[in-house]
Amino acid sequence: MLRFIVRRLLVTIPTILVVISLTWVLIKLAPGNFYSGEKRLPPAIEKNIREKYGLDKPWLQQYGKTMWSILRLDFGTSLRYEGQSVNSIIKNSLPVSAAIGLLAYLLALIVGVTAGSIAALKHNTRWDYGSMALAMLGISVPNFVLGPILVLIFSLTLYWLPPSRWAGFPSRNLILPVLTLSALQMAYIARLTRAGMLEVLRSDYIRTARAKGLSERDVVLKHALRGGLMPVISYTGPALAFLLTGTVVVEKIFALPGLGNYFIQASLNRDEPLIIGIVAFIAMTLLLMNLLVDIAYAYLDPRVRYQ
Amino acid sequence: MSNKPDHDDLIHTPPEMAIAEADVRPAEAGEFVRGSSLWRDAWRRLLKNKLAVFGLVVVVIVTIASVIGPTVIKNTFGFTPDYIPSHDVKLSRSYPPFTGPDGEFSWLHPMGTDNAGRDQLARVLQGGQISLFVGVISTLVSLLIGVTYGAIAGYFGGRIDNVMMRIVDVLYSLPYVIVVIVLLSMFRSQTPRGQLILLFIALGSISWLTMARIVRGQVLSLKNQEFVLAARATGVSGTRIIFRHLVPNTLGPVIVYATLTIPQIMLTEAFLSFLGFGVQAPLASWGSLAADGIQSIGIFPWQLIFPGVTMALTLFSLNFLGDGLRDALDPQTRSV
Repeated sequence: MLRFIVRRLLVTIPTILVVISLTWVLIKLAPGNFYSGEKRLPPAIEKNIREKYGLDKPWLQQYGKTMWSILRLDFGTSLRYEGQSVNSIIKNSLPVSAAIGLLAYLLALIVGVTAGSIAALKHNTRWDYGSMALAMLGISVPNFVLGPILVLIFSLTLYWLPPSRWAGFPSRNLILPVLTLSALQMAYIARLTRAGMLEVLRSDYIRTARAKGLSERDVVLKHALRGGLMPVISYTGPALAFLLTGTVVVEKIFALPGLGNYFIQASLNRDEPLIIGIVAFIAMTLLLMNLLVDIAYAYLDPRVRYQ
Repeated sequence: MSNKPDHDDLIHTPPEMAIAEADVRPAEAGEFVRGSSLWRDAWRRLLKNKLAVFGLVVVVIVTIASVIGPTVIKNTFGFTPDYIPSHDVKLSRSYPPFTGPDGEFSWLHPMGTDNAGRDQLARVLQGGQISLFVGVISTLVSLLIGVTYGAIAGYFGGRIDNVMMRIVDVLYSLPYVIVVIVLLSMFRSQTPRGQLILLFIALGSISWLTMARIVRGQVLSLKNQEFVLAARATGVSGTRIIFRHLVPNTLGPVIVYATLTIPQIMLTEAFLSFLGFGVQAPLASWGSLAADGIQSIGIFPWQLIFPGVTMALTLFSLNFLGDGLRDALDPQTRSV
């Protein structure tokens, strides 16, 4: 097990470095920079500022400096939001994204696993077709269409829920963003669960469980789900990535001050330290989460360890 | 997802038996028994799947409407998708579907007009052109990369295969969309056409991974068969074996997966355009139309609903078509 973890770490850490370096190279290769926007600074002032942020040094030196500061988890200062460090921006915006993302994933897991199991247990019945058609709908309706339509119905027509803005953690403002974000994941998880369960339900050990007279409830909950949910567990990694890109759109639709919104703004403003900082943070979080999922998977399914 | 009640049986019987089962009938004396090709069988199975047929019909209709629609509207009513009736202040406003400037019923704008008074139907159809175009071209880019990569890894096997597939594994876990957003915003092209090409490359280069895996798997199982051995024995070169003997045999799964890649890429394109990193004005895609529409969702909901629903319907149909094709072409693979 330890060898497995070490081997995965040996892949994960270089991958994080590659993502950060790639972003850095893209930013440096691109024409123009933060100061070449609409508001031109007098050349003398621009020169001073560039010196202050070390932007006048040779590339290699800048790269070394960036990488060194990332290693120390200190992402520098934002060019756009003067006086704010990238770390403090991440610290303030992360709870917003994390709250919606995790709630959405939880909701998707509960609904998706339930719907997928029902579809598999009632294979080729109305339940199966119905939930799979709904799942297909969830996969096909883009979240930037679903979100506004939900707002239109529940906020602007029925006046049940607030249409946007952040109002702290447990608040009614979270309902619509979370629903919007989780629809796609719900659909994927339902389809994965159904496929996994269908395969497991045909296997010999389920026949054995039934043959020895276990109740259907025990067969499903104690035996079938354990094997049938393996695809769902291995999907956690991609799910996190999807949730992350989903939050970018959801935060924009619902005007939430999350990580995604800052990232979009930073990309549009060419706020280099903020872009690098957020990319580095996202890459680290995502890949470390993937690592944890892999370890959990290897723990649950010993065959994986020896591959 | 399966729509055929006999699906369970199809999985457990070998494919050749499953196919034969459908129409086994002893040949009568003197009757010429026509062989049934894999493709004909697949087509017949596809036609039995109602949802897949529905998907196929919708995709064909949307494609034809998008391609010829704007021209037809121009020749019939005389306005292009970006025609702004600036001569009349009353006309350059957003009107609901089937409504004229005085609130009366009118056939002129079945999807209403946008803030500048442009016809929504024409704009949605033109947006469809771009969305479908991006979907298809980027899928071709990803096909090119994925098939080549997967075939090479599968054919050479051993250490080469190991390294190549490990790279794919690593790439799988990257937060692509984030890198693509950086790429698109940093290299923002001055011309819409340039941005479109950038989009093809960006989208194509992030979606070939699964294709590479599928093709590699297929090639691995094909390369030890007699026809490859025969080709090798007669001195055919490696490249030629890969592209003339192995790749054509992977066509079934490749087509299935390509059909499923198109909606995924269209979705990513819409996502990027929605955020303002994708296609640029004056070009519009369904994503950028929806982004325009969301500005005034409370007052002019039709500006978001029409491009959004058209897109959802198209993606829905493409997904069903892809699923149906998979069931028809290789009933044995099950995946989500």
